Amino acid sequence: MLAIENLHASVEDGEGTREILKGLDLEIWPGEVHAIMGPNGAGKSTLGNIIAGKDGYEVTEGSVKFLEEDLLEMEPEERAAAGIFLAFQYPVEVPGVATMTFLKTALNAQREARGEKALSTPEFMKAVKGAADKLGVKQEMLRRPINVGFSGGEKKRNEIMQMALLEPKLCVLDETDSGLDIDALRIVSEGVNSLRSPERSFLVITHYQRLLDYIEPDFVHVLAGGKIVRSGGPELAKELEARGYAEFLEAA
Amino acid sequence: MPAVQETIDRVAAIDVDKYKYGFVTDIESEKAPKGLNEEVIAFISAKKGEPQWMLDWRLEAYRRWLTLEEPDWSTVSYPKIDYNDLYYYAAPKVKDAPNSLDEVDPELLRTYEKLGIPLKEQEILAGVRKQGEPSELDEAGESNPYGRVAVDAVFDSVSVVTTFKDELAKAGVIFCSISEAIREHPELVKQYLGTVVPTSDNFFATLNSAVFTDGSFVYVPPGVRCPMELSTYFRINEQNTGQFERTLIIADKGSYVSYLEGCTAPQRDENQLHAAVVELIALDDAEIKYSTVQNWYPGDAEGKGGIYNFVTKRGDCRGKRSKISWTQVETGSAITWKYPSCILRGEESRGEFYSIAISNGHQQIDSGTKMIHLGKNTSSRIISKGIAAGQSLNTYRGLVRANPRAKNARNFTQCDSLLIGDKCAAVTIPYVESRTGTAQFEHEATTSKISDDQLFYCRARGIGEEEAVALIVNGFVRDVIQQLPMEFAVEAQKLIGVSLEGSVG
Ligand SMILES: Nc1ncnc2c1ncn2[C@@H]1O[C@H](COP(=O)(O)OP(=O)(O)OP(=O)(O)O)[C@@H](O)[C@H]1O
Ligand SMILES: [Mg+2]
Repeated sequence: MLAIENLHASVEDGEGTREILKGLDLEIWPGEVHAIMGPNGAGKSTLGNIIAGKDGYEVTEGSVKFLEEDLLEMEPEERAAAGIFLAFQYPVEVPGVATMTFLKTALNAQREARGEKALSTPEFMKAVKGAADKLGVKQEMLRRPINVGFSGGEKKRNEIMQMALLEPKLCVLDETDSGLDIDALRIVSEGVNSLRSPERSFLVITHYQRLLDYIEPDFVHVLAGGKIVRSGGPELAKELEARGYAEFLEAA
Repeated sequence: MPAVQETIDRVAAIDVDKYKYGFVTDIESEKAPKGLNEEVIAFISAKKGEPQWMLDWRLEAYRRWLTLEEPDWSTVSYPKIDYNDLYYYAAPKVKDAPNSLDEVDPELLRTYEKLGIPLKEQEILAGVRKQGEPSELDEAGESNPYGRVAVDAVFDSVSVVTTFKDELAKAGVIFCSISEAIREHPELVKQYLGTVVPTSDNFFATLNSAVFTDGSFVYVPPGVRCPMELSTYFRINEQNTGQFERTLIIADKGSYVSYLEGCTAPQRDENQLHAAVVELIALDDAEIKYSTVQNWYPGDAEGKGGIYNFVTKRGDCRGKRSKISWTQVETGSAITWKYPSCILRGEESRGEFYSIAISNGHQQIDSGTKMIHLGKNTSSRIISKGIAAGQSLNTYRGLVRANPRAKNARNFTQCDSLLIGDKCAAVTIPYVESRTGTAQFEHEATTSKISDDQLFYCRARGIGEEEAVALIVNGFVRDVIQQLPMEFAVEAQKLIGVSLEGSVG
């Protein structure tokens, strides 16, 4: 599904060019759930952003393939239509645009790009209600401008609700668990789990082992110093929880 | 279908350099000789079958106009207009006055059809418009029941057809062309014409007083709630014809009327002048809601061609507790110079101004409002949303004034500007004058840019760049869109998308 090889990416900041990803390799097959953990500033969000197509990163080496296509050649909206979804670490407010309108525009834009028929209003209402109910998002919320004045937890929940509606093939969750209360964490995890299928893959970025109790990953990777420095099964997350990243930081 | 989707369809359907409404209808026209002098004014007056008092009124305005200088205080700039190089009267030739649509020149109907205006919608004309399902979304214009609309279509200078006249007459509402009103209701016209915008008011209004050719007249009698929205679609068709519309709306005590004005003009090489005057009068407890969607030809990619729009719109809240509300969506014209205003004369009267002004390409917009508080406990509210893209200049110019007798006058003003790209500019010039210690004026202003983060968020969800811009802008102007009658809200949202076409990338 996703194949990242020797990815080097840098950003321009005030002082010049800074390399953030320094030869990252990652392979995700259909149906797999991969967790990425790593210290602050390691480049986890950068990876998610590059997969989704955000401007401002220069890929200097390596390749990213999604379903055999060169992802780096595609516009962000083309990637979305092809099945990439990024649940943002910091969802963006769009004042005045009702969540409902945003969702309908997004869904129909994707459908059109895939050559599918636009959903009628009743069809769309049904789909959105299904997704909203699953994530415990109230109808009233759907009428509010997207993310504007939403609490941190509401924003995250809204992201997963969008994911449930858009039914992507590869879901990248960037710290979706931070900011969620205990009940919300369970609801969101259940939402994610219900979307698990042999055709759909997940890349879950998190700092906490707790999320992985709910969403059980097939693989856990440690991202430090711009590379995957260690990979393992769910037990690796537990180990990290106990020991921290010190050994990787020294190594990097 | 969400309005935004329609916007995109519409954008997609349009050639970059081809203004959708840039076609010319071939209808034989009858013109006054080129130029402006007393004979031309007499010709216009005679063509309209006007009484002597009207001609005298025009001539007096003309003589005054000759003594006036064209204003140069706004931020817009344009080549000098040669007032003697314009035609001041052009009427489509009418064989017999039409009573119904069947009798209207089919060429004209085809023009309206191309414009997609409701005139062609038989169910509206017949008054049996479908009741839509109740809105599932709270988005303006999505699946809302259409009300009935009476259309007084103005083709160049002559009001061609007026629908619904009979039913309106039953309610006692007079809705006709101003020429007809001058002939049929001279006492009302004499009593009110020029009492809000006097012939001496300003250069363009004075010119209009001398040469106005047509426009709408509305009178709503005491206690009557006008049974439908009244609507006029203006359209400039004849080459080099100045448009001098004159509209007069009177809401008598305790009455209510909502009036919609929409404009599209075909593409032209030479700039066309439009200098309309609109006068609104609200008596005790009356309310007038006046909405405009204006999308005149803005000029080509280099800014050549396009309409010059110099308009004087003013409402007089003459009665106690009267209310006048202006809502405008300005997307067109090469140059717009327009300040719909309210004179808050009656005690506890209220004025409102809701505006969306979008400039793209080389457009220049200088628009805003004036709220003149004269009476006690008067209040006003101004919400202005300016969007500048391309290399355009978008100026909000507003005045809020409280006279010494306007005790407890209150105003709230909010001016928000949104910039798209870095070659455009938005300017906010709010003047506040308070001559009473008890006035409370509040002003808020913001300027923002569409952020890269917002665009990326939309695009990461599959929304293309242009559609994302239209979506974000529609969100930015939402407060104002919600003020529009449903028919206009949908059209306005489409226009916003169309007019921002090519503003990114
Ligand atoms: N656009 C940018 N301009 C400058 N520096 C950037 C930019 N984007 C990311 N960085 C820097 O790159 C590094 C990696 O950032 P990133 O957001 O990917 O970290 P992260 O692993 O997601 O951290 P956290 O766990 O705190 O979310 C950080 O030092 C960050 O400051
Ligand atoms: Mg991060």
